[in-house]
Amino acid sequence: MKSSSFPLIGWLLFIGVWIYLPYWVSAFKLLLYIEILIMALLATSFNLLFGYTGLLSFGQAAYFGIGAYVCGLMLMKISSSFWLAILVGVIFATLSAFAIGFFCVRLTGIYFSMLTLAFGQMVYAIAFKWYDVTGGDNGLVGVPKPTVSFFGLISLDLASPLYYYYFVLVFFILSTFLLWKIVHSPLGYILRGIRENLERVNFSGLEVKKFQLIAFSIAGCFAGLAGALYAPFASTVSPDVVGWTKSAEPVLMTLLGGSEVFLGPILGSWLFLLLKDYIISHTDFWEIYFGVTLVFLVIFLPGGVMGFLRTLWSRIARGGRRIGV
Amino acid sequence: MAFLFLQFLNGLNYGMVLSLISSGLSLVFGVLGVLNFAHGSLYMLGAYGAFTFLQYFQNLSMGFWLALLLSVLSVGIIGGIIEIVFLRPVYRRPHAYQLLLTYGLILILDDLVKMTWGTDYKVVPKPQALSGSVKFFGDAYPAYDLFIIFLGPLVALGLWVLVYKTRLGMFIRAASLDREMTDALGINVPALFTLVFMLGSCLAALGGALVGPIRTVSPGMGINIIIDAFVVVIVGGLGNLQGAFLGSLIIGQLESFGILIIPRFNIAFIFILTAIILITRPQGLVGKARI
Repeated sequence: MKSSSFPLIGWLLFIGVWIYLPYWVSAFKLLLYIEILIMALLATSFNLLFGYTGLLSFGQAAYFGIGAYVCGLMLMKISSSFWLAILVGVIFATLSAFAIGFFCVRLTGIYFSMLTLAFGQMVYAIAFKWYDVTGGDNGLVGVPKPTVSFFGLISLDLASPLYYYYFVLVFFILSTFLLWKIVHSPLGYILRGIRENLERVNFSGLEVKKFQLIAFSIAGCFAGLAGALYAPFASTVSPDVVGWTKSAEPVLMTLLGGSEVFLGPILGSWLFLLLKDYIISHTDFWEIYFGVTLVFLVIFLPGGVMGFLRTLWSRIARGGRRIGV
Repeated sequence: MAFLFLQFLNGLNYGMVLSLISSGLSLVFGVLGVLNFAHGSLYMLGAYGAFTFLQYFQNLSMGFWLALLLSVLSVGIIGGIIEIVFLRPVYRRPHAYQLLLTYGLILILDDLVKMTWGTDYKVVPKPQALSGSVKFFGDAYPAYDLFIIFLGPLVALGLWVLVYKTRLGMFIRAASLDREMTDALGINVPALFTLVFMLGSCLAALGGALVGPIRTVSPGMGINIIIDAFVVVIVGGLGNLQGAFLGSLIIGQLESFGILIIPRFNIAFIFILTAIILITRPQGLVGKARI
């Protein structure tokens, strides 16, 4: 199955499952699914950099955190409009990603990863220390659940998990669709070219750095959106959402699901958060399970669950002839 | 004046601890090509190991040093196992996967520490002989902290002699430059890699065992130090021993005096410096003189 021929039917099925989901799960689990949607958006935007452009950013939590902090501050101090708060949060995250990315794309490989980590920790340090604005180590406490109105026609009180779920779902579907369009546009093919062979893209007269920066900014924009949607949901925004352990989450999710398939990070977030939820309810030590999973994945299944299924599928389809992974 | 001098000593003290950690980190990167995220966790194991062994030797006069030695050796063995089991399969993979694998090791080691020792802070007593203090300009400075300041350069010097003046060091440097060629010359490169990783682990554990009496021994200590060690190796130059030493001196002083100059944003300041170095001289201050 070629991923680019993912048809309309596939999209409708995908959307349908998410729309019907609240009818299958308990009200308590619905909260978990809101988080899964938010993190799936973060992971999918991260994969635009990692899976498509070949850039491992270890600082995506910075843009997620900026989106969350700015949106939370807007709702707490400036306006009760969620639309405005989301917009401002996304703008801040995108501009930060553009400014930081401007320096990061100058470096390659491990140096790029280190610099994204350093900038991420810088943002973390500011969130941690700037008490007057961010509340320091306590964070923003009591971000209100807003009431959103659609052109004054209907108003929804997002204090209800069901409404919040659908509100996030609309953003999630629109964003994944946009990202899907991006990776299957000429820009997407250039990014893949950069991943596969940087020199060749350079020789063909395209400015690699410029396209890497575009990808970095787009990823930052959607990470900021995920953060903005997260702030009222969590009602507390603490520096933890900016730190490097948070930056590791989309990376883990993407690897788990598979970075070479568009839906991989979404599957990965779903698996990751369900597993985490299950493990936490049974033991105090959940990190070790993820550590073991991660080590196993890197050594045995670098393509993640999706990559594994795809290899299996092509083996069956080709009558058992081995193909290189 | 006296106050500033004590701050300077504190900076040196932290710098020397960082030097122990980052020299191992840099050595492993220079030879094996793996930037080991879990290096801080090995440092933490060194501290917990010293704490545990010390409980058996409480009544011995040399108990502290014995515990330190045993801890360093144990972590060296653990390092050897890690290299053979986890790192060998990923040498030919992209850097991203090596980073992720060692990140997975952090998660495993940190939880194992919590399971074994709990989450409360552990107190490691100072060795008897160094429990006093030395006076500078009328102010007292702990003898034990001073001992670390003197030990740091000695260890760095020892490592330098090992890598640059011995036959084994020559093999190590050869393997870091051209693995295949060294292999073809009949040197057992896989064993050499294991040995280098063990050496790096020992250095990290030595740092951890030494800081037991002066810093808190708790499950978060590995995470806190690894970020600083990354900063050091980036400032000095990845995979460069002299760079790691110089970087440690700089970061130690910055941590010490940064708090005085910009009390609130001193952590941000360190990362701004890192970013500036990475942007202007990605090869670091000392440059790319490979191991």
